[in-house]
This record gives sequence, C-alpha cells and structure tokens, in this order.
Amino acid sequence: MNSLRLILRYFSASLRSQLQYPGSAIMLGIGAFLTTIIDMLAAWALFDRFGQVQGWGLGHIAVFYGVVSTSFALTDFFTRGFDVFGNEFVKTGAFDRILLRPRSPALQLVGYEFRLSRFGRLAQALLVLFVGAAVVGVDWTPDKVLLLAWTITGGVALFTGLLVLQASFAFWTTESLEVFNVLTYGGIQAAQFPLSLYAGWFRNFLIFVVPLGCVAYYPVLAILDQPDPLGAPDWWLPTAPAMGFAFLAASFIAWRAGISRYTSTGS
Amino acid sequence: MPQILVEDLAKTYRVAERDPGLLGAVKGLVHRRHRTVQALRNVSFSLEAGELLGFIGPNGAGKSTTIKILSGILKPDAGVVLVNGRVPFTDRIAHVSKIGVVFGQRTQLWWDLPVSEGFDLLADIYRVDAARYRANRDELVALLRLERVLDQPVRQLSLGQRMRAEIAAALLHEPDILFLDEPTIGLDAPSKLAMREVVRRLNRERGVTVLLTTHDMHDIEALAERVIVIGHGQVLADSPFETLRANVLAERRLVVDFAQEAPEIVMAGVEVRSRRGQTLELAFDPTRTPTPTLIAALAAAHEVVDIHVGEPAIEEVIARFYDLHGAGEA
Repeated sequence: MNSLRLILRYFSASLRSQLQYPGSAIMLGIGAFLTTIIDMLAAWALFDRFGQVQGWGLGHIAVFYGVVSTSFALTDFFTRGFDVFGNEFVKTGAFDRILLRPRSPALQLVGYEFRLSRFGRLAQALLVLFVGAAVVGVDWTPDKVLLLAWTITGGVALFTGLLVLQASFAFWTTESLEVFNVLTYGGIQAAQFPLSLYAGWFRNFLIFVVPLGCVAYYPVLAILDQPDPLGAPDWWLPTAPAMGFAFLAASFIAWRAGISRYTSTGS
Repeated sequence: MPQILVEDLAKTYRVAERDPGLLGAVKGLVHRRHRTVQALRNVSFSLEAGELLGFIGPNGAGKSTTIKILSGILKPDAGVVLVNGRVPFTDRIAHVSKIGVVFGQRTQLWWDLPVSEGFDLLADIYRVDAARYRANRDELVALLRLERVLDQPVRQLSLGQRMRAEIAAALLHEPDILFLDEPTIGLDAPSKLAMREVVRRLNRERGVTVLLTTHDMHDIEALAERVIVIGHGQVLADSPFETLRANVLAERRLVVDFAQEAPEIVMAGVEVRSRRGQTLELAFDPTRTPTPTLIAALAAAHEVVDIHVGEPAIEEVIARFYDLHGAGEA
C-alpha cells in the first residue's frame, strides 16, 4: 500500500476513534469557529475606529487573514502528532514504536490523528476570506483561483515546517515547546496585516526567517491586483509561496538530525 | 551464519544531572553537568534460527539496551550487530519488516479502535498481502483465543486479553524473530500460563526465534532452553537453564515432619532454614552430605513422619547468582 493510501487509512481510523465521542468533536468544532471569530472582531474594532490604515481597509485585512488562517486550519488537521510530539512520543518513549514500523516516522506522525474539530476553524477562515474578497471586489478568474490554491498550499507547507521544527526541538528538550505557539498563532495575527505596516526588522523576519509574508502578503497582493508598496517586482508576488516549501525542506534537515540524536542517545 | 550475531557490543549514555529546585533548573540551562553510564561493556552472543532465549538480569543491567540495539532503535557505540545478515540501525525499514516486538508495558494497538481494525491497519503499515493477512490473522486469532475480543475497543480489554492481542499484532507480518520485553508483567496466573503456552507453540510450531526478557523466573523455567544472565553491561552466564541452576547453587532442601516437636539438629554441612512446630526445613550440600546419608541419620535418631526433598526456589538461585557477581540492583 502506498504512502498516500496509508495516510487515508490512518485518517479513517482516526475519524472512527473520534466518532466514538461525537458530541465532543462537534462541540470542539463549534468552539473553534466561535473563538476564531473573535480574531476578526478585534480587527473590525480597530478599523471601525480608524477607517483605513495606509490605504488598507477591513476587507483587505479579511483577505490576508482568511488566506493565512485557511492554511493554518488545513495544517492543523494532520499535524497533531508533531504538535504533541515531545510530551506524547519523546518523553514517554512511544517514538520507539514509530521506529519499529517499516514506514517513515513523519508519515506515521501525520497518521497519528486527523482532527475533526478543525472544521470549525476552516469554516471560519474560508468565510472571512470570501466575505473580505467580496467587499473589496475580487474578480475570481481561473488564474486567481489557481493562485489562491497555490498560496494556501505554500502556507500549509510553511505551517507544517513550523510544526516539524517544533517536534525536532523536542528531541533535545523532551518537552513539547509551547514557545512555538508564538510563531504559529502569533504568525497568523502578524500575517493578517500587510507587511508594509511593519518596521523593517520585523518585515525581514517575516520574509527571510519565518516566511509568513511570502505565503500571505505577496501572493494576496497579486490576488488584489495591487503592486507592492515596498517595491517588490511583480514576478515575485505569485512566486513567493515557494518559500513555504523551502522552509519545510529546511525543517526536515532538523528533523533528520533529531532522529539521529534519538537513536544515538535513546532518550 | 547465526540469525543474530552480537560481538563486543558497547554503549554509553550521557545522563544530564541537575541540582534540585528552581535554582538547579536555572543553573542547568547555563551549564549542564553530565554523568556517563556504561550500559553495555562488551556483550557478545549469537542465536540460531528457531532458538528460544531468555534474557535475565537486574534492573539497569543492560537488557533493554540490548533489545533496543537488536531492534534497530538504538545505535551502539562499538561492536558488531547483525540480524538476518543486516545491521539493524542502518537498514531500519528492511530490518523491522522482519521482526516483531512486544513491550509489556506499552501498546502497539489503537486505544479507541476495535482490535480487528487495529490489525487491519497494521497489515497496511507492514504491506502484508491481503490473502496472506487473512490466513495469518485467522490462525493467530484461533491460537490466541481472540475471537470474543476482536470487535471490542482495545481500552476495554483486560490486561491478559490485551497482551494476547499484542502478541498477535506483532506476528501479523510473519516476522522470523520475536522480541518480548517482559511479556508477563502484571498478568494474573492463568494469563501467564496461557502466555507461556502461546510463546512455546509459536517457537515450536512456527519456528519463530524468540528472545525474551523477564523478571519472572518461572517464565524462564517454563520456556527458555538457554539463558543469558546480564549484569553491569556484561554477559555473566550463557548456558542451558539447568546448568545454570546446578552450577550456581548445588544446594538441596529437605523438609522433615517429626512425630514430636522438631528437635535441634547439629550435623556438619547441614543448616536449619526454618522451624515450624513439628516441621523443619534443612539446607545441605549433597556433594558433602549425600541425601540418603542425611535421611538415614535423621530417621535413626528421631521419629520421622514424612520427608520431602526439594530445590531452592528459582528466584533464590538468581539472587544468589547476582550476589556472587556483585551484580545487584544497578
């Protein structure tokens, strides 16, 4: 059985486990929908007060936020294993079991859980994205739909990379590092506003270190038919999501190093 | 070539040490002190296909480290390991496809899934051909008497049922070698007996090579023809179990029931182990005092009702062995 089919088998098993407690999955889903709505209320309050900031309105913010939040919601469906990796696998030694099976450890961690409750966040993110797009009048031509899909794919790669990196650190710390939430949840907060609003060093951080700007800001400019106020060339805007894949590839280098450390130290 | 070959295996762990309390935690961030623990010094042994080997030793002796190296989870610092001609940790995927591992204290099944669905998933993970899987599963379900629990979620099983399911799960992909790390820990007496029976049949009827670690000496007595005793990271003994017992403790026990209150016994090479009313338990060395001589002397001097000759309990044999080698709890 190939890897993709195996992942689907894992997911169907995980769904059946969760459906043993259907009430819980539904309540968690509704909870995720409601709490993420509050994110948008904060932005709404801000723009209600100031109207526009450097020419950006609430509709634009909604599109930026919707894109990055959709990427994160999709990532959150299948990265639970990496998120809890330190506490559930390294500390307990359950990672031994992963190494005892003839499949890649990353694949088995993806198969750890398919989080049904994340439909709430995804629904909210898509709602905000398309309402925002309607407000600013995005014309969904086929090439824009394609660009949106490519942008979200790059975003999923980036967030997956962050979670793989978080899990990699756990090989050394043996604890799941909550500090990474600053980059994931904080990243969504940061990426919902256009990069042009930020100070130079923070902008550079979001382009070169954790390239959230490349999977939200630049490609969304292209979707909105806006040139970059900071002067990035036009060809770059739809190309930028590739940085998400570069980040994912780099995080797998750390992952490999972590596994190598685990098999040498046994802790 | 033997199926498992281990030569001069050595493994050292570095254990981070930390002073207690908050101050210690902060100091640990800045400067870490390490203590090295030599888990294995120079372990060598080999195992032919179809053997059933018991691996015993006190906690911290190096049993788990050896199993982890053999199963490819851990890299040794030095030495040679070949299992089926492969180096476990460099050829991990090919290696683990051909071994089965059961850790007594950890599950390999899915807690919330019925046993049968866990089996299905494992068959996919191990890429077991569908027809072979069905035949194999049906055989194991019959052998391990799992029919009644197949549809139950794993979390609802008793420990005995779960361990039988774990063994089946470890054999679905038809491994040549089965590693059992304390498979009877926490089981009640009937479940232990059933477990031993299953392991014996797997070994005899299916020819599976078995390497088992345990603290329950009755497991060893019931199962293993060959025993390796490990202590302080070294092989202390590698022999048939009966040889080990005979070499380590050439001691016999004699339980004597007297017609009256048990008398004082003063004889060279005979020691009173316990006294209970009219019953005495004596320990003696049969090479110095032959059993018939002792019995005759007792019967001549006292009115004896009953006599029973025994051997010391196996736990005592092993405890004595550890003491002899200074290999107590590490």
